[in-house]
Order: sequence, then C-alpha cells, then structure tokens
Amino acid sequence: MPIVNDTVFFDAKKHGEALEKAFLLTPQQIVMDVRDAGLKGRGGAGFPTGTKWMLALSANAENKFVVCNADEGEPGTFKDRVLLSEYTKLVFEGMVIAGYAIQAQQGIVYLRGEYSYLLNHLEAYLDKMRQENRLGNNILGSGFSFDIEIRLGSGAYVCGEETALIESLEGHRGEARNRPPFPVNTGYLGYPTIVNNVETFACAYIILSKGAEWFAKYGTEKSKGMKLISVSGDCRKPGVYEVPFGITIKELLELVGAERTKAVQVGGASGICIPMSEINRNISFEDVPTGGSVIIFNETRDMLGVLRNFMEFFVEESCGQCSPCRIGNKKLLEGVELIEQGKASYNYIRELISLGQSMQVASKCGLGQSSPNPFISILTHFKDEIMSYHNGENNGNK
Amino acid sequence: MLAQEKNALIYEIEALTKKLGSGRESLLPILQNIQRKFGYISDFALQEIARYLDIHPVEVYGVVSFYSHLSVEPKGKYIIRLCKTISCDLLGKEAIARTLEKELGLKFGETSKDKKYTLEYCNCIGMCDQGPAVLINEQVHTRLTPSKVVEILGKLK
Repeated sequence: MPIVNDTVFFDAKKHGEALEKAFLLTPQQIVMDVRDAGLKGRGGAGFPTGTKWMLALSANAENKFVVCNADEGEPGTFKDRVLLSEYTKLVFEGMVIAGYAIQAQQGIVYLRGEYSYLLNHLEAYLDKMRQENRLGNNILGSGFSFDIEIRLGSGAYVCGEETALIESLEGHRGEARNRPPFPVNTGYLGYPTIVNNVETFACAYIILSKGAEWFAKYGTEKSKGMKLISVSGDCRKPGVYEVPFGITIKELLELVGAERTKAVQVGGASGICIPMSEINRNISFEDVPTGGSVIIFNETRDMLGVLRNFMEFFVEESCGQCSPCRIGNKKLLEGVELIEQGKASYNYIRELISLGQSMQVASKCGLGQSSPNPFISILTHFKDEIMSYHNGENNGNK
Repeated sequence: MLAQEKNALIYEIEALTKKLGSGRESLLPILQNIQRKFGYISDFALQEIARYLDIHPVEVYGVVSFYSHLSVEPKGKYIIRLCKTISCDLLGKEAIARTLEKELGLKFGETSKDKKYTLEYCNCIGMCDQGPAVLINEQVHTRLTPSKVVEILGKLK
C-alpha cells in the first residue's frame, strides 16, 4: 500500500548525514549498499545504479569521471530544477559519494543552458563545500580527493542521452554514440565514466544516510524507493511530488486535485498517454515507467493538438544523424497534419503506426526509440476523437 | 567587420583559451562565452577559435549549428524565448505569444533592426507548473499574463 505525504527529500531534518558515513565504508561496500537498496536510474531508463557503479569501480584506469546529468529537458519535468536549487546538498554530496564508490577524482555537472540562472547558487554551494572540506583535497580527512565542475549545455534536448551528453562535454555536436562500448568503460575523454540523473545522486545520499533496508521498504518489488514526480497540466495543485513507486495514476490524480480528467501523459513527450480506462495502472518500471513527468489533460483538451505539440517537439529536437528518427518523426508530424485536414485514410494511419514501431527498434538512441510512443498511444486510445477529424466532424474544435 | 572588433574578438578568444584550455573539450564553453559577449559567432570568430584550438573551422561551424543557443547570425541584446511546449501551451502560451509579437513589433524568429530584441520560441524550460514561462537571456519569468508581459518588456533597457 503506497504511503503518500511521507516525504524524505523535502524535509531537511530527515536527510541525516551521508558523507561521514560513506567514508567509514569501503567503495565496494557502498556499491553493495546501493545495489541492495535496489536503486534504479531516475532519469527514466531505470538501469540498476549499483551495477553501473560496480562496472565503473572494477574498470582499471588512471582517471574516472562522475557525471551528473542535469540536462533536464523532457517536457513536463522540473524535479531536478527543484533538487538543484533547494536540496543542493543531496545532489553534490551524492556525487562525492559516487566518486568515492567508483574511485574517481573528478565530477562534472552538465547543467542545461536553460537553467544557467542556477549557476551562481551552485558555484557558491561548491565553494562552501570546499571551505568545509567536503570537497577538494583529502575530504573530511578520509584521504580521498574529489572536485566538481559545472558545464553548461546550449539548448539541445538530445544531450540528455548519456552518450550525446559526453559528446557535448568533449566539444562535439550532441550526437549519440553506438553502445557498446558503454560509458562505464569508454566515457568522457575515453575514461570510465558514470552518468547518473540528478535525482539518482540524491537517492544515493538517502541510501547512505538511512540505509539500504530503509530505502527498499518503499516501492514495489522491482522499483524500490521514492520517486519525484513533476505534475503539470489540468489540476489544482501542480508541482513536484514525492511518492513511492507503485502509486496508481488514480491515486496521483486525487493527490494533485485533478478533475474531469481525460488523459494523463506519463513520462513526458516520449512517454505514453494513459486514458481514464487505465488509471488503475501504477507508476513503476514494471508497469508505467517515468523519469518524473506527469501531464494531465482535462475533458476540454483536443488530443490531436496535444499530439501535434509533441511531434513538433521531436522534429525539432531530433539530432538528425540516423534516418529512422530524422525522417520518421517528420512523417508522423505530417500524418497528424493530414488527420487535422481530414485527409488521412485509415489505411495510412495504420501504416504510420507501423512506421512508429519500426522507429522504436531501428533508431540509434532513446530519442527516436521513444518519440513514437505518444503517437501510437494517443491514436490507439483516442481513436474515436481522432477519427471525428477524419469524418470532418471536428473542424470547429481547433 | 572593423579591425577594432576583430582585435576585441582575438583578445577575448586568447583570454578564454588561457583560462579554459585549448583542448577540444573547451570548445563549447568558449563558444558560449563569445555568444554571450558578442551576440553571435561571426565567420571571423569561427576561424579564430578554430585556429586557437587547432581544428578545422567547419568543425566549429558544425558545433555552432547544432546547438539552439549558439548562432552565426547576430542576435539582439535581449533574447526572448517563449516556451511553446505542452504544459505552457495548456496554460495560455498563445495569448502571450500574440502580446510579445504586438509589443515588440516582431514575428517569432526575428531580431529587431536596432539589435535590441530577438523573439524566439523554445522547447520546455522546466517551468511547467508555473507557465506560461519565458526566458529573457538567462532570467526566467513565470505565470505570465499579457499585462505582466507589457510590464516586463517596459523594464528592459
């Protein structure tokens, strides 16, 4: 049974100390703790963090890097902004813990250019940590040295993909690489690198402070812990919510004061659209996964208009290096326009859905693999509404 | 470009490479600094940055053309970026867009002749719970209404 209104992240009194505890443990013990806690990457992909750290720890190299992915660009996601601006300690000390766990010397925060107004606060916080010896040489007398620098992005959604992010850090176009090799072996400048989401580092802090067992109490069997959800759209109380994994969409809607809801987009533009008939599904890696974005649409919203907004987004943000994504997203957007004009045949729409499925398997990175999600789910669940365009009944709706 | 401007650029690029290093990984931070200070990455700046980093100018151009915050065309002193992604759209982005166009006398994608304003759309800026939202240079403004927009624009000098 999910417990709501029980917050850890947003109550500084409950944070406890993690850095002091970390240095009493060996790097191996920290990695095992993170693994035992069942922490999975909070950016959305859900890769087990402990496994990632284990691979990086066991890699032999003179240099290793810890990269914090603060390129929060998924439409409807703003939890990382809140963590970075208000709970900075959890994120930065989580990075130091990760650095100690994989034996890295350098951390890099890749902050999206749109958040550059946070830069002064973040730099000042790093200075404060250096003065308190929580960053820099011989941190807290542990013999471990680690520093963090902040690098800015320049307005490219795809750089949230970890290999595109590394390309960008290296001064290239943010085009995703083929994997393998994975960044844990060949990452920034060719050195072993872990790239984790802002929230993942905050979770690592909580795990060290509260213990793996405490963390794993929350959530479901395969999705442990609490999750930050950014809620926007048609509801009375939009904002960031901390909920345990396994919460149903229905419970979430009640929590945020959503009324006369028609659909819920979970996972941002690249997520899936859930109709009211499926609101008993739950938010977890087993059922409906999300990096943290929930956008609510009420009965007055035009779902084809919503879909057009998403597809325009992907056409603009596709990096263009692989053809399924570059051309596929254009074709899907053209399809939406044809439907709006009442010119798309049922047969053509079926073909577009099939094209979307091809993009899901053939695209090089997560952008093109997930961009057909809203297209397929909205056309499937709101067929009747969409088809009223087809029959020319909906012309007054735009 | 005036010799004076060229000298200013060279001086800046040299200072930046001294501060940030002249490896390839310094390219993006250098470009961001030049963009901020000069409002765009001119042909001359492309050439000079390439020379200092010892890479081909087309490599630099490739990077500039990739990122939406970098530009080879001169931008205004104030770059106004209105979020057009879904949550801001639901909260009334359209009325804000019309107000901005009317007050600035610009269409989206245009820069004013006096190079004071550039009006653009951008994708999600993470203010989805407080939309409609706009970024003016590095400053974010939220919960916009047409009258609030007029007030904000009036304060830009």
